[in-house]
Amino acid sequence: MTAQSPVTAAFDPLAARADFEILAKPVYGKPLVYLDNGASAQKPRQVLDAMRDFASTDYANVHRGVHYLSGRATDAYEAARRTVQKFLGAAHEDEIVFTKGGTEAINLVAYGYLAPRIQPGDEIVLTVMEHHSNIVPWHFLRERAGAVLKWVDVRDDGSLDVEALEAAIGPKTKLVALTHISNVLGTVTPLKEIVARAHAKGVPVLADGCQGAVHEIVDVKALDVDFYAITGHKLYGPTGIGVLYGKRALLKQMRPFNGGGEMIREVTRDVVTYADPPARFEAGTPPIVESVGLAAALDYMNSFDRAAIRAHEHDLLAYAREGVRQFNWLRVIGDAPGKASILSFEADGMHAHDLATILDREGVAVRAGHHCAQPLMERFGVVSTTRASFALYNTRAEVDVLLEALARARKILG
Amino acid sequence: MDDTLRELYQEVILDHSKHPRHFGKLDDATNTAQGHNPLCGDRVTMYLKVDADDRIQDIAFEGKGCAISQASASLMTDMIVGRTVAEAEKLMGGFLHLVKGEDASGLDPDDRERLDVMAGVSAFPMRVKCATLAWHTMKSALEGGAAAEAV
Repeated sequence: MTAQSPVTAAFDPLAARADFEILAKPVYGKPLVYLDNGASAQKPRQVLDAMRDFASTDYANVHRGVHYLSGRATDAYEAARRTVQKFLGAAHEDEIVFTKGGTEAINLVAYGYLAPRIQPGDEIVLTVMEHHSNIVPWHFLRERAGAVLKWVDVRDDGSLDVEALEAAIGPKTKLVALTHISNVLGTVTPLKEIVARAHAKGVPVLADGCQGAVHEIVDVKALDVDFYAITGHKLYGPTGIGVLYGKRALLKQMRPFNGGGEMIREVTRDVVTYADPPARFEAGTPPIVESVGLAAALDYMNSFDRAAIRAHEHDLLAYAREGVRQFNWLRVIGDAPGKASILSFEADGMHAHDLATILDREGVAVRAGHHCAQPLMERFGVVSTTRASFALYNTRAEVDVLLEALARARKILG
Repeated sequence: MDDTLRELYQEVILDHSKHPRHFGKLDDATNTAQGHNPLCGDRVTMYLKVDADDRIQDIAFEGKGCAISQASASLMTDMIVGRTVAEAEKLMGGFLHLVKGEDASGLDPDDRERLDVMAGVSAFPMRVKCATLAWHTMKSALEGGAAAEAV
């Protein structure tokens, strides 16, 4: 017949599921259908084993002792930093700052980078689809330093108008802070283009990559983004750890956020001098075991063809999106082209929490509420939505369960 | 269907939530308060008209929320109109015990019977706040109207 087309190794979610023990444990006697990955992903045994192995073999505090285990632990911690560096495509390992999560990463930029640069009336440009973690730190600067928040709307389909964003950047703009992927809409923002346009006006860009790093293959060098914040637990890794990527030159200019051990060069009774980044921003004992877990999670993701995972997630989204068309009482919020595998919707006459309670009893875990994105809820005229967010281990069969459960909810509540 | 679900979303609840009693505003309210459930973003505003004898002459509520919170607000307004403030607060105490699955024997038997439709909430600990929001807001209105949060 014809020549063979190039083979892309299809991703096998069923094989991957075997790595996630929790997915095999029923809830209410029914198979768990875990679709709350946008809030937090489950952890494969590779991550749990790595943490356990490290803690039971090589654990001690880092950067302190001269003893054997301290050296081993420091090596593991710094190796984790290099794993993150590679995962994000950062040029230098000192551009990777470990934080306790994505929220702290953004707060570090607000406090360490932007606060000293804000004069009353200076502007911060952000979009209406930001998570509260990429809103509230900027509100702090509004309250405390007189910064002005300039909001960029999204289109009705949830996509971002780059022209509108560019137009919002003015001579007083000190930072553009926007998400890479909306945690509610699934919209993937054209980050590279936005960064280019912001830079043309001399404005740096912080991207909230808490969803972006999960669903897209990120290369901060290619994006040329100035700051990129991620969190471990959405990346199949542990809670309690996140990362701020920052360009070396910017991190060097930043003042520390927390003061304490590890972040100093010298402390006397009269003066203190600070360590270079990233240590400057890692006061106190860092999340050591978690760093090992995060590295294991990134290795786990990279053990697959990431493009194939992405294709699988897109397939799930398309299948679910098509599936909910049968429900004329359901309105999907966010249909931007190329969006990531996050499906938010509103149901006629059914509150998201009622819907989620009924789905829960069918074993289907979804998120219901405002998703820490109240300005976006307001933009779409809703109080809350129900959100199904898909991960690499989800399957079409699970989408079918979701659809059946939705139909059942309608029967009960409708 | 799951029995606990059937109990939670029984007809009376759905009826109250779809056709809430005392829904709207009270122009001559003496006491008002806003309630907010930060978990889901639901809001409720409670209006009460309390006379010189501390009797609740009239009550109304506005807001958006889930079936549980709407039904609870509707049922509550139905039940406390005509009662004194002290009676309303006593009823609230019993209601809170009921939805938390605690001993609600302090409730008057008739009240217990009317509130029974809400008892199913106790099997859903995550939803107790939905059921209690209106009640806390009512109490907050009686106490002078500080914003109530679901607790």
